[in-house]
Amino acid sequence: MQRKVIFRGRILPIALLLPQLAITFVFFFWPAGRAIYQSLLREDAFGLSQEFVGLENFQDVLSDPNWVNAALNSVVFSGCVAGLALGIALFLAVQADKSLRGVTVYRSLLIWPYAVAPAVSAVLWLFLFQPQVGLIGRWLNAAGVAWDYRLNGTHAMILIVIAAAWKQVAYNFIFFLAGLQSIPASVLEAAAIDGARPARRFWSIIFPLLSPTTFFLLIVNLTYAFFETFGIIHALTSGGPGQATETLIYKVYVDGVQNLNLGLSSAQSVILMVLVIALTAFQFRAVEKKVHY
Amino acid sequence: MATLSLRDVKKSFNATQVLHGIDLEVNDGELVVIVGASGCGKSTLLRIVAGLETPTSGQVVINGRDVTGLEPADRDIAMVFQNYALYPHMTVFGNMAYGLKIRGMARDEIARRVQAAAEILGIGPLLDRKPKQLSGGQRQRVAMGRAIVREPALFLFDEPLSNLDAKLRVQMRAEIRRLQRRLGVTSLFVTHDQVEAMTLGDRLVVMNAGRPAQVAPPMEIFSRPADTYVAGFIGSPAMNFIPASLDQGNGSARLPDGTLIPFADGPRPGTAGTPITLGLRPEHLEPGDGPGSIPLAVELIEPLGSETVVHGRTPAGMAVTARLNGAFSGERLPVRIAPAHLHVFDADTGRRLDPA
Amino acid sequence: MDAPANPVALRAEPVRDDALLRATRRRALLSRLLAHGALILGVLIVAFPIYMTLVGSTHDAGTIGRGDVPLVPGAHTVENYATAWNEGGGRSQTTPASTMLVNSLIMAVAIALGKIAISILSAYAVVFFSFPGRMLAFWAIFITLMLPVEVRIIPTFQVIVDLNLGNTWPGLVIPLIASATATLLFRQFFLTIPDEFVEAAKIDGAGPVRFLRDVVLPLSLTNIAALFVILFIYGWNQYLWPLLIINDRSMETIVVGLSKMIGRGDAQNEWNTIMATAVLALLPPVLVVALMQRWFVRGLTETEK
Repeated sequence: MQRKVIFRGRILPIALLLPQLAITFVFFFWPAGRAIYQSLLREDAFGLSQEFVGLENFQDVLSDPNWVNAALNSVVFSGCVAGLALGIALFLAVQADKSLRGVTVYRSLLIWPYAVAPAVSAVLWLFLFQPQVGLIGRWLNAAGVAWDYRLNGTHAMILIVIAAAWKQVAYNFIFFLAGLQSIPASVLEAAAIDGARPARRFWSIIFPLLSPTTFFLLIVNLTYAFFETFGIIHALTSGGPGQATETLIYKVYVDGVQNLNLGLSSAQSVILMVLVIALTAFQFRAVEKKVHY
Repeated sequence: MATLSLRDVKKSFNATQVLHGIDLEVNDGELVVIVGASGCGKSTLLRIVAGLETPTSGQVVINGRDVTGLEPADRDIAMVFQNYALYPHMTVFGNMAYGLKIRGMARDEIARRVQAAAEILGIGPLLDRKPKQLSGGQRQRVAMGRAIVREPALFLFDEPLSNLDAKLRVQMRAEIRRLQRRLGVTSLFVTHDQVEAMTLGDRLVVMNAGRPAQVAPPMEIFSRPADTYVAGFIGSPAMNFIPASLDQGNGSARLPDGTLIPFADGPRPGTAGTPITLGLRPEHLEPGDGPGSIPLAVELIEPLGSETVVHGRTPAGMAVTARLNGAFSGERLPVRIAPAHLHVFDADTGRRLDPA
Repeated sequence: MDAPANPVALRAEPVRDDALLRATRRRALLSRLLAHGALILGVLIVAFPIYMTLVGSTHDAGTIGRGDVPLVPGAHTVENYATAWNEGGGRSQTTPASTMLVNSLIMAVAIALGKIAISILSAYAVVFFSFPGRMLAFWAIFITLMLPVEVRIIPTFQVIVDLNLGNTWPGLVIPLIASATATLLFRQFFLTIPDEFVEAAKIDGAGPVRFLRDVVLPLSLTNIAALFVILFIYGWNQYLWPLLIINDRSMETIVVGLSKMIGRGDAQNEWNTIMATAVLALLPPVLVVALMQRWFVRGLTETEK
């Protein structure tokens, strides 16, 4: 798209673009290219020499049971976070869309966890679920559940899911509420006159009309759970116990920063890039198709 | 067989009262049009009948059954919305079948009814389309179809024609009237358009500021308006109002300049000198000189083809509109008031004054 | 007009289905109760962790360590916050919260303003000029939408090391500044500025720079404000990048510093100081959202479309 009326000149626009383009090239394309390049190389243990190994790093990654474990963890983790955060947010948004006394107060009080950093959210929930200190942790142990997220992988997973979903509910709530408010009131009234009770109205009218919003949020939530929750995992479990909460992004960090295995880490980065690009492309295609009006 | 009866229906939004006690009886098979300027409460009244709003007090009775406080689903009504309110994600068939599915009707019976309704409305070939693929007129028909298939006790229309262009509106107006006659469904129709109201309604409810100013068949509204509001609202161009007072013996009106205009149908009640308002429709001003004629200084001429609307001023400076047959040109137009068509209103209350 | 078919029937007392009416009222009441109940529960779940953090920040370490945190605030508020503010806490970590807050503030504001500045400039160039390579530049920016910083973290880190920018503010801020979303938002908005404005500016003899300053920027103010709220939160909450880039304690940001304080999450931690630091870490972005709620919601729903 281009405006009809424009200014003349070549130097000025390029000068204006320069900061953005320079940063993009230095910090996006160069690293991305380097990741692809390194993913094809292998360094010896002392970092003295490199050799070209083709797709061997990818083979190693994909056949590495630790990587497969991390992939499975990522799927479970992001599935749970997205499902929980979307479900709760949709339910709350539907309630907050009713004309109730004090509904704007509820709305304001529900949106602000969005501002809390994932790592801080982790600390808040840790303080509740810490087995000896935390209120809920102690309560669980008193109730006979041997709760300790530092020893039990399932407990650790539950804890990071709660901390990650808690924050994302606020984000989803804002979008669901906006989506609900954009459904014309008369369409819902027509359904009421056609004899549909609230539950039926929700499933046959509201939910289908909300599907573009839901789909958009699903992608955003998956991306969030995949990448932005690094802080939660790092602060709470460091991928443990064992590797029970090691996700793909966490493994990139472990292999690259702690084990300094650049080839393997780069290959994983490249796989993740492909994944993100696929998700984004999928989203764009679906958005084009899914518009109802 | 269905009747609708409203009993002292009142509605307030917070401190603002929008309906001040509406009483209305709609007979079986009758089409009653509620007409009024925007903000008069006509849409609120319709929504109260539909069950989309709850009245502050009063009763809504459909077919002898008190439905006040019940949900729309329990009222056996169908409604056509101004913006049609079609379900955007369903096909035309799905839109029409939705209400029947909810009632658990058998699938072949649903298909039969939808087919029949689509036939009547001429939208048979469109059943597989989505609303966004339809023109405005087609959407309107689908909205009608959705109401028809339900075979409800009562049809409600909320300005269903106002989103159509002028030509289509006239066409759909006639179609709605034919359809309603054919199906014989009791109907309530809300509009702000007086032509729509006059042509469609068996009876009209002219609403003014939350009160029914007059409830009567169209021609009675036109020929015997109950007050100056109704008189001015119905009829185009609008009725001329002339201030006057009752003359000695109440058998004639005295204009401010002393001219006497006799009442053709008998004296009005009241004491001599009581201020009154005379109403005269533009088409009832006859051109011609002679005693009692008023010379108009012509300000604007609007030729409409078969007739001409002339805007002028009396020597006293009052604006008067006349509608003449044929063409007219000139700067002066003497008109005579035809006493037989004179409407007399109380100047204070605006109520119609009939012969005692 | 037809007379009513049966005037007597019309005037008869209407039938009232009291059972149905009661059921309808019950349903409406239940629906309202459900809504209030669910929303109150939602608000409680949202607020409870924060409340317990606040409570935790008002007791002494011993009380918390023994596992006796009460549900009501204690008497050690001032000393806890003073410790966190002046000394920091945790056995391995001593950066004071005051320093970390300033660092976080610098990082968040620099990222937000930097992103807004370069995005406005590049969107302006793409929208208001025609030059060779325009579409190429646009696509180069657009495609970065698909590469979140976490994905390319290791190679980007290597670039920073090569450029000798580790442990520096530019190294921390600049890689996070490039933003396709902000550029797209401004481009979208610039496309809606009427052609007449540009023509009028040309007739008045105003050049592109003057037009940007006198017309485009003032028109963009609400967009800039909305975007600033979102980007400030984005910047404040950065974690992985500062964790990698910053080793210098004096440059520690509060979100990273807080997570370092908890270590393995032992009961012997100085939980009182940690909780006070947590409150300090979440307060600024939460305040920004609370005070600028209208802009925040608008900025959010518009940038993500």
